[in-house]
Amino acid sequence: MTDYFAVFGLPRKLTVDADFLQRRFYELSRRHHPDFHQGADAARQAEALAQSALVNRAYRALRDPIPRVEYLIALEEGRGAREGATEKPTAPRELLEEMLEVQEALEEAKATGMTGEAAARVREERARLEARYAAEADAIAGRAAEWDRLVDEGGDRKPLLEWFKHRLATRAYLRTVIDDLSEALGEQEEGHVSHRRH
Amino acid sequence: MSRIVGIDLGTTNSLVAHVEGGIPRVIPDAEGRALLPSIVAWTPHGVVVGEAARRQLARNAARTVYSVKRLMGRGYEDVKDERLPFEIVPHAEVVSIRIGDREVTPPEVSAHVLRALKQRAEAHFGEAVEQAVITVPAYFNDAQRQATKDAGRIAGLDVLRIVNEPTAASLAYGLQRMAEGIIAVYDLGGGTFDISILRVKDGVFEVLATNGNTHLGGDDFDQAMVDWIVDDIRRRHGVDPSGDPEAMQEIRLGAEAAKCRLSFDERTVLGIPFEGFTYHRDITRAEAEALVEPLVATTLGPCRRALADAGLDARAVDQVVLVGGSTRMPLVRRRVEELFGRAPHSRLNPDEVVALGAAVQAQILAGGITDMLLLDVTPLSLGIETLGGIVSVLIPRNTTIPTMAKEYFTTSVDGQTTIDMHVLQGERELAKDNRSLARFDLAGLEPMPAGMPKIEVTFLIDANGILQVQARELRTGKAASIEVKPTYGLTEDQVEQMVEDSFTHAEADVEARLLIETRTEADTVINHVERALRQAGDLASAEERAAIESALGALRAARPGTDRDEIRERTIALNQATAPLADRMMEAAIRDAVTSKRADRLLEER
Repeated sequence: MTDYFAVFGLPRKLTVDADFLQRRFYELSRRHHPDFHQGADAARQAEALAQSALVNRAYRALRDPIPRVEYLIALEEGRGAREGATEKPTAPRELLEEMLEVQEALEEAKATGMTGEAAARVREERARLEARYAAEADAIAGRAAEWDRLVDEGGDRKPLLEWFKHRLATRAYLRTVIDDLSEALGEQEEGHVSHRRH
Repeated sequence: MSRIVGIDLGTTNSLVAHVEGGIPRVIPDAEGRALLPSIVAWTPHGVVVGEAARRQLARNAARTVYSVKRLMGRGYEDVKDERLPFEIVPHAEVVSIRIGDREVTPPEVSAHVLRALKQRAEAHFGEAVEQAVITVPAYFNDAQRQATKDAGRIAGLDVLRIVNEPTAASLAYGLQRMAEGIIAVYDLGGGTFDISILRVKDGVFEVLATNGNTHLGGDDFDQAMVDWIVDDIRRRHGVDPSGDPEAMQEIRLGAEAAKCRLSFDERTVLGIPFEGFTYHRDITRAEAEALVEPLVATTLGPCRRALADAGLDARAVDQVVLVGGSTRMPLVRRRVEELFGRAPHSRLNPDEVVALGAAVQAQILAGGITDMLLLDVTPLSLGIETLGGIVSVLIPRNTTIPTMAKEYFTTSVDGQTTIDMHVLQGERELAKDNRSLARFDLAGLEPMPAGMPKIEVTFLIDANGILQVQARELRTGKAASIEVKPTYGLTEDQVEQMVEDSFTHAEADVEARLLIETRTEADTVINHVERALRQAGDLASAEERAAIESALGALRAARPGTDRDEIRERTIALNQATAPLADRMMEAAIRDAVTSKRADRLLEER
């Protein structure tokens, strides 16, 4: 699969200078965007379209820290069918007990027609899960430098890679639960669905 | 490269613009008007477009098409419940409008508007114009964009780019160095609403997110007022005008005009003539605002979603720009200010700014501007239907375009030679809740055991926001043939046929077209004058009446002739002869409104 880091002349590392990336993105876009090849022959236009699409895709994959980790994992594993795809969201064992509590709160709220105290409890649970969801992102970003060091020193990256995968799966799972709670509360913002990776 | 014009193909009005000496300008018609009403009428003399079509609308409601943009790229099921004055034919794939014994599709109607703009530009430059950039609402889906492109082709225009209206507006501001930082463009037009959040920096216009509603605009505000007026007429006059298409058009035009006046005045008078009586009513801005408030409120959700997708707080926005005629309403300005916490502005004319931006984009494509780079996004997620009717998203919404995604397919049965793909746009999990875009049939696979073929399908969204699909069998490296069945839209053959028809039926002679317009205008004036005499003839003095009758006779005599200037002069003469009577009718209308209001108050006080 195409190495998006290479598109921007970057090493395969998780720490990326956001300003540099944006500058390179604009430079490459100026070079390849179809707007600037309108007068060219059909082959050149098709090439510009493909290049421009690649640059846009690469920028999207690398711009934000979490998608960047997801992409890097796919790249490391040579898994290329769908860029940025992660493992199916799974319920991590350490969350099991909490999830049972959430489930209980939800059942109770549903019995009362999602009103009153029971619904308030569901909202509380959701807020807690959202905080947890954000914390997962921080935890993942927190070990980015460690990864980059392993790359520099040629150390064994496998354990950290597995840790990343586990955290990402947890995060994806939390997202699913949060969305389900929102839906049950009738507060689902249309559009969350597309944030989920199928 | 030849000249490229920028066109704003609007719900209510359309414009054409170009860049001259580094400055984008709207090209006016011979009378100096910038706006061309997006109205097309089939009259006994032929097809008329624009102002002439608008003026005969009430008389010829069943054969006059307006707001056709709302029907672009849609199917019968989408529009069958809408209140439209013309008849829709129940074909599934694409809306068809019945005009007498013929059927026309929305792209063909739009093509008439585009052709009029093309001719306007050609008259201005004194040479043929064949290439254009056309704007569409940012939230238009693939079918709606394709329909717009088809309209261009039918009109004889090579559409080099479909550009999003709010983005075009930002280009117009950007060219004049009036935009930098995080910009929110709030675009509320005649029939559509868009919100776009952009980062503008060093000549790069990067759209971060967009959202909207392709079925919300000034038309809906008018409708809310029409409903209210119809109720009021029923109550006060005991008459139900809703079955009378001509009366309903008069009410609609009256409501629209009153709405526009209320953007500047605190109160206005509605005066709508009917057979036998004239409806008068005072309406205040507060009353009108109460009617449209719920509609304005529905624009705020998309604004919040766009901000969320851009990962920004409303406070992070440096500038809020208003685009579209409906943003003249003070209520809209207040709601936008409340949401963003800063006063919005529309330093460039909100009716013209989109066309000006389209001209800037045209100039970029022509190579005349090289320091501006536009990076737009696709407004809706693109996906394919998978097992169980679930959508698998390939390209999420707000992805910078052009963009592509690859997907791999194989067979599930031995010897299978075709694979069917269902492509959808939208944000919902189930295929049935999203907008079906097309079905693609991959055909001509070599018979192999199940699971053996490996077909790579590339979904590419180009810079117009339109999908292109390519397929390749990886084992053989051969391109697989794809048959595209658009769910809502014209097939390639249909468009080709319409392009041909447009050549055979085109009013080749500009002179003939102008004569038609002049005659139609004469008919409109004759009709108005006859009605005025019938309803309020007693308000005219004997001399005035004689002058009107004489001018009327002269115009009637000239009308069948081919001398355009003569018809036109006599139309003007008739208008002038009727002016004192018209003034007196207006005065009477205002007096009535005031008196009836006083009477209401007296009754209340008692």
